Amino acid sequence: MPLQTEPRLADPDALYEALMQAHRALDEARSRRLDARLVLLLANHIGDLEVLREAIALATQGDEP
Amino acid sequence: MTATYQNPRYAFRRPAALGGAVPEQARVVIVGAGVVGLTMALDLAQRGIASLVLDEDDTVSFGSRAICWAKRTLEIFGRLGLGARFLEKGVTWSRGRVFFRDQEAYGFDLLPEQGHEYPAFVNLQQYYAEEWLVQACAASGLVELRWKTRVTGLAPHAAGTLLHLATPEGDYALQAEWLLACDGARSTVREALALPFQGQVFRDRFLIADVVMHADFPSERWFWFDPPFHPGQSVLLHKQPDDVWRIDFQLGWDADPEVEKQPERVIPRVQAMLEGASGMAAPAFALEWVSVYTFRCRRLERFRHGRILFAGDSAHQVSPFGARGGNGGVQDVDNLGWKLAAVLAGEAPEALLDSYDDERVLAADENILNSTRSTDFITPKNTAAHAYRDAVLQLARTHGFARQMVNSGRLSRPATLHGSPLSTPGGEGLPLGAPPPDAPVLVAGRADWLLRHIGRDGRFTLLCFGQVPAEVPPGITPLLVADDDRAGALWDHSGLVLRRWQARAGDCLLLRPDQHLAARLHAPSAAEIAAAHRRALGHA
Repeated sequence: MPLQTEPRLADPDALYEALMQAHRALDEARSRRLDARLVLLLANHIGDLEVLREAIALATQGDEP
Repeated sequence: MTATYQNPRYAFRRPAALGGAVPEQARVVIVGAGVVGLTMALDLAQRGIASLVLDEDDTVSFGSRAICWAKRTLEIFGRLGLGARFLEKGVTWSRGRVFFRDQEAYGFDLLPEQGHEYPAFVNLQQYYAEEWLVQACAASGLVELRWKTRVTGLAPHAAGTLLHLATPEGDYALQAEWLLACDGARSTVREALALPFQGQVFRDRFLIADVVMHADFPSERWFWFDPPFHPGQSVLLHKQPDDVWRIDFQLGWDADPEVEKQPERVIPRVQAMLEGASGMAAPAFALEWVSVYTFRCRRLERFRHGRILFAGDSAHQVSPFGARGGNGGVQDVDNLGWKLAAVLAGEAPEALLDSYDDERVLAADENILNSTRSTDFITPKNTAAHAYRDAVLQLARTHGFARQMVNSGRLSRPATLHGSPLSTPGGEGLPLGAPPPDAPVLVAGRADWLLRHIGRDGRFTLLCFGQVPAEVPPGITPLLVADDDRAGALWDHSGLVLRRWQARAGDCLLLRPDQHLAARLHAPSAAEIAAAHRRALGHA
């Protein structure tokens, strides 16, 4: 199954808020580790290396200012 | 040199050719009497081929150096008659534990199943392995070891290589039909041929401290990331025979190797580590051997250059994490020995040796890939890499999926020779080119091991499940595996042979002399077997 990029979240604002909440009290190093743990947990949940590679490629391209 | 081991000194014997006007002639010359060169000579000797081994020194390795001998290497040493010695003297282990900061992150078992003659690993100092190999080479009567003999120049030509040699008593020339360069990472043969040896340099330094002490740490591989006793770096603890313990400290790129080697610097590090690891006062210990090293991952583009073949560190280098250096080199020898023997006997075209190149370059790439990944985990290159590394270690405490990502070294496993030109496509089961799984068998009522029966005669084996074909072509030894007690058969009493080889009744698996799987046939005709055999010998 290819990477799904169409809207899938019922309440995107709630997700965004949860992410901000998780990072709120953290310094730079802790934030990095939190994001890394999050990526790893979600990657394992997805469990499909091709989908993950597609996501990495998309994310890599997406840093134009 | 060290408290527990005295290096033997081997005498220089003046060769007859020294001072002569005509170069000496030899069919097979091996440069380098290290683990790889000596194993090469012994393997060839068991195939009836004489060789000359040249080494610039007159002893075995100084310091323990390579200590972890993997299961596949032990099987190869078993075929060469040294397996029992490794088991007897070495420290057997299969379990490892990984710690992060002050807690255990997880433990692993590299060989969780029973029913193999050899364990996942045996730890043994390299000098013992070399000393035993020297003895076995001498006993074979087919290996001439020439110590204190340095290669000072070489000139390859169509029929071989002309070598210029320097000895304490003068120089001489040697004409080698076949030259096997087993002369290590700083190979003089490779440098004389000006062959590019390229790859990645890692900006990190490590300190090996071998200490002698009476300690009761278990026979396990313990690896710490960022422990309180050595903050920000990694530490590895490993047991060797003779109460010698290997402790490997990551130091970082900025460490000064000369300063770090000083006992007054090493002893407090070891002290802190022992106290931190045991939570008790450190036992009395003595430094046995200290070395500071850096490493690279690189290889030659090709391992065969006409009648010059490279094996071991002269051909490829990896980081020590994973024990893929020495073990990879012994597997090079396992791959090359039977092929060279078949070429020298006129049974195979010289082109068979190109498959050594194909197969062992693939294996070297697998070792380099694993070794590079381990190094990237152990030495994170930037803050993001550091965050991911720590995140994996944090998650590993509670989540199985993250444990699989913890990389303190992916320990040596034999390569499956995917895409080998020697394999006959077709059939089902174990992948073509796979290394052989061992299993227990009963032979005339006695407990025995499958792999002891494959390739010891130097020939191809047809592993037949249930029935041997009416006609088996010459050059192939049929081996019957039966699910009952039959005369002349290996009794697969536990069913593990059938299961591990993923076979069914009527299958006939063609195994090369190095025991790798060459063809998966089912109730084959003699012509089918012969065709697979011809292909595996490199006949186009």
